[in-house]
Amino acid sequence: MSEQETVVNITVNGQPVEAQPGEWVIAAAERAGVYIPHFCYHPRMNSVGMCRMCIVDIDTGRGPALQPSCMVAVTEGMVVDTTSDQTRKAQDGVLEFLLLNHPLDCPVCDKGGECPLQDQTMAYGPGESRFVEEKRHFEKPIPVNDLVYLDRERCILCDRCTRFADEVAGDPLITFQDRGDQTQVNTFPDLPFSSYFSGNTVQICPVGALTAVPYRFKARPWDLTEVESTYPNPMGDRVVVQASRDQVLRYQGVDSDAVNWGWLTDKDRFSFEAAASDLRLQTPLLRGTPLGRPDPGGSELVETTWRQALSQAADAIKGAIACNGPQSVAVLGGARLTNEDQYVWARLAKGVIGTDNVDAQLDDGLPADAVLGLPRATINRACTPGGTVILLAPDPKEEQGTLYLRLRHAVVNDGVQLIEITPRSTGLSHLAAHRLHHRPGEAAAVATALVGGDIDPGPDGDIGGAPAADVAAAATALADRADQPITVILGRPSLAESADFTLDAAAELARFANLLNAGGRPGIAFLPALHRGNVLGALDMGLAPGLLPGRTTLADGGSALAESWGSVPSAPGQDARGILKAAAEGRIDVLILLGADPLGDYPNAEQAEEALNRVGTIIASDLFLNPSAARAHIVFPAAGFAERRGTHTNLEGRITSQRQIITPPGTARADWAIATELARQLGADFGFGSPEDVWEEIARVAPSHRNLSSQAIEAADDGVVVADSSIEFAPPDAPTSAPHIDAYSLRLVSARRMYDRGTLVQHAGSLAGLAPTAVLSVNPYDFDRVGVEPGTDVQVISHVGEMDMPVVADPGVPRGTAAFGYNYPDLDVRDLVDPEAAVTDLRIQTR
Amino acid sequence: MARLNANNLTVAQDILSRYPVPRSALIPLLHLAQEQDGYVAEDAMAHIAELVGVTPAEVMGTCSFYEMLKREPVGDYMVNICNGISCHLLGSSELIHHAEATLGVRPGGTTDDGKITLEAVECIAACTEAPCLQINYRYRNQVTTEDFDQLVEDLRDGTAGVAPHGQLAKVRQHIGDDRRAGVSPPDGQGEPAWMARNPSDNGDGS
Repeated sequence: MSEQETVVNITVNGQPVEAQPGEWVIAAAERAGVYIPHFCYHPRMNSVGMCRMCIVDIDTGRGPALQPSCMVAVTEGMVVDTTSDQTRKAQDGVLEFLLLNHPLDCPVCDKGGECPLQDQTMAYGPGESRFVEEKRHFEKPIPVNDLVYLDRERCILCDRCTRFADEVAGDPLITFQDRGDQTQVNTFPDLPFSSYFSGNTVQICPVGALTAVPYRFKARPWDLTEVESTYPNPMGDRVVVQASRDQVLRYQGVDSDAVNWGWLTDKDRFSFEAAASDLRLQTPLLRGTPLGRPDPGGSELVETTWRQALSQAADAIKGAIACNGPQSVAVLGGARLTNEDQYVWARLAKGVIGTDNVDAQLDDGLPADAVLGLPRATINRACTPGGTVILLAPDPKEEQGTLYLRLRHAVVNDGVQLIEITPRSTGLSHLAAHRLHHRPGEAAAVATALVGGDIDPGPDGDIGGAPAADVAAAATALADRADQPITVILGRPSLAESADFTLDAAAELARFANLLNAGGRPGIAFLPALHRGNVLGALDMGLAPGLLPGRTTLADGGSALAESWGSVPSAPGQDARGILKAAAEGRIDVLILLGADPLGDYPNAEQAEEALNRVGTIIASDLFLNPSAARAHIVFPAAGFAERRGTHTNLEGRITSQRQIITPPGTARADWAIATELARQLGADFGFGSPEDVWEEIARVAPSHRNLSSQAIEAADDGVVVADSSIEFAPPDAPTSAPHIDAYSLRLVSARRMYDRGTLVQHAGSLAGLAPTAVLSVNPYDFDRVGVEPGTDVQVISHVGEMDMPVVADPGVPRGTAAFGYNYPDLDVRDLVDPEAAVTDLRIQTR
Repeated sequence: MARLNANNLTVAQDILSRYPVPRSALIPLLHLAQEQDGYVAEDAMAHIAELVGVTPAEVMGTCSFYEMLKREPVGDYMVNICNGISCHLLGSSELIHHAEATLGVRPGGTTDDGKITLEAVECIAACTEAPCLQINYRYRNQVTTEDFDQLVEDLRDGTAGVAPHGQLAKVRQHIGDDRRAGVSPPDGQGEPAWMARNPSDNGDGS
């Protein structure tokens, strides 16, 4: 395309404006600083021209005429006048019509003060209405789901919420119903708007028709203070945090072009309730007697001072080092923290204590080298029009909600071809070009065949459980688009199988990546789909065995870092599995838990239990007294999101800032301060007085983050993507193979659901009830074979345990497979899974 | 009342086979449901949603847009008396009052025996035959009160020769196996069945 064609020259209110071809007039005007009032137009959704508020005089050579500027694309020489008498009269008229049926209950409406209808009536509307008849009436707010109320009288039928449900979320469970003046938004009777993204409709509603239960009647917009921040999830969703009287009351999504486009999941949006919970830790706790007297052997946790808690912790660590060496101290967790917090804990553990037994993941993610050692993609790269996305990960709809929305948009609107290599269907399956649903543990065979490897189909004509013809078709489709970017979403699709299977598959794709990337093509890059908040930051900051801050290893970066830190561990330590195994064998004296709950989260619950029993001193730094922290000897209350400032790293390696808006509860402190203080007690003065001090040191010593100033992060709209990495991906030496499955068993797939038994969900009043109860999902055709009836309670038996649960038919589960959530509040799948085994097979029988 | 019964499910499959895209069959299937129960039941909407691959809310959105798709049970016979201007001038108001008195229901109501639902409607485009009415959308022209009484009697006797509400035609359209469009392949994968079936039709009108 030549230069002339990439710019369309139009005139807006007498000023020349350079617009992009195909751009809507309203968007071009807005970029040029001319605001055209509107209700239904939303830049992230299709235009519908429902509200007529954006009609302006547009002259395309045939004289000015009123046209909706959200429906008219710019053309060369177009003249737009948004201030003409005709335009003003039209806007005035449209508003008078919109207000015919709109109740004037602004004084009791939650939207009052931030309501586009209110604002635009003030700016463009008539002072009085000529409508004297009775307005239409509907039942006042009705719940459309557990989180959102709908007041149909206030609705101006802009189609934003219904378009969002249909176009963006893909859950068209609210629609326009009836006709004429009775038109209303509603759900099907008794079928709620059960979408993970329903809160977004509240944010985009231009009137007070949709209100969120957790925010209703809590505050007035003019009483709120706000800061822009980054939500601590792996996507790093940009949010505005709004608070009043030192309490967070609302999160609103921020339209970040590179990340979340303004959307949030309901889980994240309403999680602020948990932060204000009465159960938050407020003061340090120590073991003591039931009467509150400190006593190291006491059965209770009693309140104490920071001084005493820190000095006891320091004494325990010193004692452990003196008796059994630094390797007898271990650190688990840290994914919930900011980069700065993580760096200081990493420096404390590796530079001061001298232990490398540090792991931010609890054996439920991927090794650091698979995350940092493969070419890293960005979300925008994955969504490049015409590209290919290979999903080798758990369902993004359940685990990375906004990534699901971005991918869904890319597949539906931008022709991105999605190839699924998953053990069961996902929220994107119905959109996928190729669905290669394999047997648990056999992803590598599918991946190999996909990239052209020679794999013999099994006796049933399948490769790893996926029909060989489907795999061949996908391989052809992939090869056809090999000159376009290919992005692999890489994560653990099932926690009931060994991570090695995923790594084997990743290794195959990585080999193919090397071939492609060497040929001057965009090639393959990887987007790690890990689960915990700032787990990518934790890996960057060295909270993993063998790693140091700045994506380098002990071997490569150790000597350089030792100059600043004084010393680093000489040999790589253990990961979470190794640490808890060592602890269970009595080789760990001090275990530091940074927001980690091995009892609740670690796949091997039995081993976690043993470990916590044997460890001499458990030190926990947490927001809540979770089951593991309740077993601790020393508990530090930590500051959470919006209670401290710092930076966050998302799955792309994008660093964005988090800001503080409220004070932490009680005497809770930011983790960087806790770690700095503990280091001082151990004789090391880090000299940190603020998170900025910490970042300055990170930018000085961490190779990948070198010279990245906090000002640069603050200044960039979408943060800064750190791409450098000196870590090499080390795939498993020999591929793991899944054992043969017998004819009476089903192989288990277990992945997380969005609403779970996690601390955050269970402490947020509005979300706690949303977690589903446990069911086992089985393919409808397997019921005959295993001899049970769908919908009945069955007994499920693995070689390590058994439990009773209902079984349901789900065609999304391949034959021979059974799916069960990892984190149901009522039943714990860990009672069935043998964490040492490669896969878990189940037998089902009627009770 | 209910989901589509086994017979109607077969008919529904036949209807679905006429359209390259399943959701095109939505309105014909709503008619089928109305034929089965006399109105479109919520369960039937949910069933149709499954058949055409949309959500029940979307079916409700379409169904509720159309006045003639009833979402509440109505009598076997819908009697729609026109109250447009021509009919009004020629006495439809009196006719409506008479109907209310003889049937004992207001417009919109159904008689106790479940036979007749009375409605007063806007112009039904038969002004030359005013005052007129429809029984299950079949016209009766220049209706007097005597005619009306006779009509009600015939309807109750079942001698009026009008099919019960919901039945669109006495002969059901049937598409032969060779004419079926079927379900179209996914986007960009081959042409629809109806295109492949007519190779001579090259699109230029020849």
